[in-house]
Amino acid sequence: MLHGYAASLLEGTGLTLAVAAASLAIACVLGLATAAARLSGSRLARALGAAYTTVVRGVPDLVLMLLVFYGGQMAVNALAAQLGYEGFLDIDPFVAGIATIGFIFGAYLAETFRGAILAIPAGQREAGLAFGMGRLQVLLRITLPQMVRLALPGFTNNWLVLVKSTALVSIIGLNDMMQRAGQAAGATREPFTFYLAAAAIYLAITTVSLLALRALEKRYSLGVRLAR
Amino acid sequence: MNLEAIGESLPSFVEGLQVTAILLAAALALGLAAALPLAFARTSTRAWLSKPVWLFTYVIRGTPMLVQLFLLYYGLAQFEAVRESVAWPWLSSAWFCAIAAFAINTCAYTTEILAGALEATPAGEIEAARALGMGRATVMRRILLPSALRRAIPAYSNEAIMMLQGTSLASIVTLLDLTGAAREMNSRTYLPFEAFLTAAAFYLALTFALVSLFHLAERRWLAHLAPRR
Repeated sequence: MLHGYAASLLEGTGLTLAVAAASLAIACVLGLATAAARLSGSRLARALGAAYTTVVRGVPDLVLMLLVFYGGQMAVNALAAQLGYEGFLDIDPFVAGIATIGFIFGAYLAETFRGAILAIPAGQREAGLAFGMGRLQVLLRITLPQMVRLALPGFTNNWLVLVKSTALVSIIGLNDMMQRAGQAAGATREPFTFYLAAAAIYLAITTVSLLALRALEKRYSLGVRLAR
Repeated sequence: MNLEAIGESLPSFVEGLQVTAILLAAALALGLAAALPLAFARTSTRAWLSKPVWLFTYVIRGTPMLVQLFLLYYGLAQFEAVRESVAWPWLSSAWFCAIAAFAINTCAYTTEILAGALEATPAGEIEAARALGMGRATVMRRILLPSALRRAIPAYSNEAIMMLQGTSLASIVTLLDLTGAAREMNSRTYLPFEAFLTAAAFYLALTFALVSLFHLAERRWLAHLAPRR
């Protein structure tokens, strides 16, 4: 049915998952840092965090991706020329892709994390401090473990949107599942078949993610009384 | 920053802005119109009515909009029956495919938002209406819809903003929307920062416009929930 392109599609799926996982790692780091900045006492940090989350959420992924890909290319080469390098540097679409997607979803995750931290009663933090824990200890022992449970529903949503966003990396030339589907579609003249296969693979990824994250949510909600 | 080049390309950005606005308005209007009956079906107790709608929203929300767009724009040409049908001039146009793909996509998300709002209707309100002798249709028109539509406004504003960002995909199927204007300027002038930052500024302005529009709507229709001043 797939005229022998199944293996190629699966290989591309691997790349899609790699892009998604790498972007998620970047996004988590950025998201935590930004959530911390937005909750910090420094007015500058709060303003920077707010500007980042507002601007990124107001501009399409595709525009940011093209900006990083083409603009980054130019910036890197200008910098290299300044340093006396004479050749031409190509930006790797994988790096541009995960940098952009990580940067975008850092903003979304920051809001998820911030909301989760705000939902932890302040008394818990105060109790930790009263017991003589340091601020870092309070963060690691009190805030983060509880934040995971509260952030999971939002995190699930963010992850599902992120996975779907990775389809855009095919536009900047990465040989992901989407682009392989396009190549197969062109070679066999059966675009519907191959884009349908791509859709099925994305659906499989989102379904598995949904089930896994739901199980995780259950695990983290052990000991929490549910009103039911 | 080469401001002169931005100034020269400004007319094409303004045209792109119009294309983006038309795509957004058409997709949202069609999506919302289709989502209303689907939301009632989704909340129906009859499985043959609610299950297919659930499947539709699940599949659409589980796949990237880019794939949906490509299935319509490139995929349909695979079938000879489609190519020879009278509708082919429409089905092969980028405008039609983009609006159709965006409308189907936003319809799925809007259906879930509305279904959630419908299900959040307090049971007592419906019981009271039935006790007053209202029929099914009257309850729907007078009780369910007005309060569910109000409750859906905050979530729907997020969906509308996501849709605005989604319209940038139209540039991939050759339409010259805001992103298309930026891509065209980039390939013509080789000034990526100027091109894409200008587009980003336009999108940001559109996002803020949408946000304040929905704030007005909330002030108008959700005034009873606002904190007392």
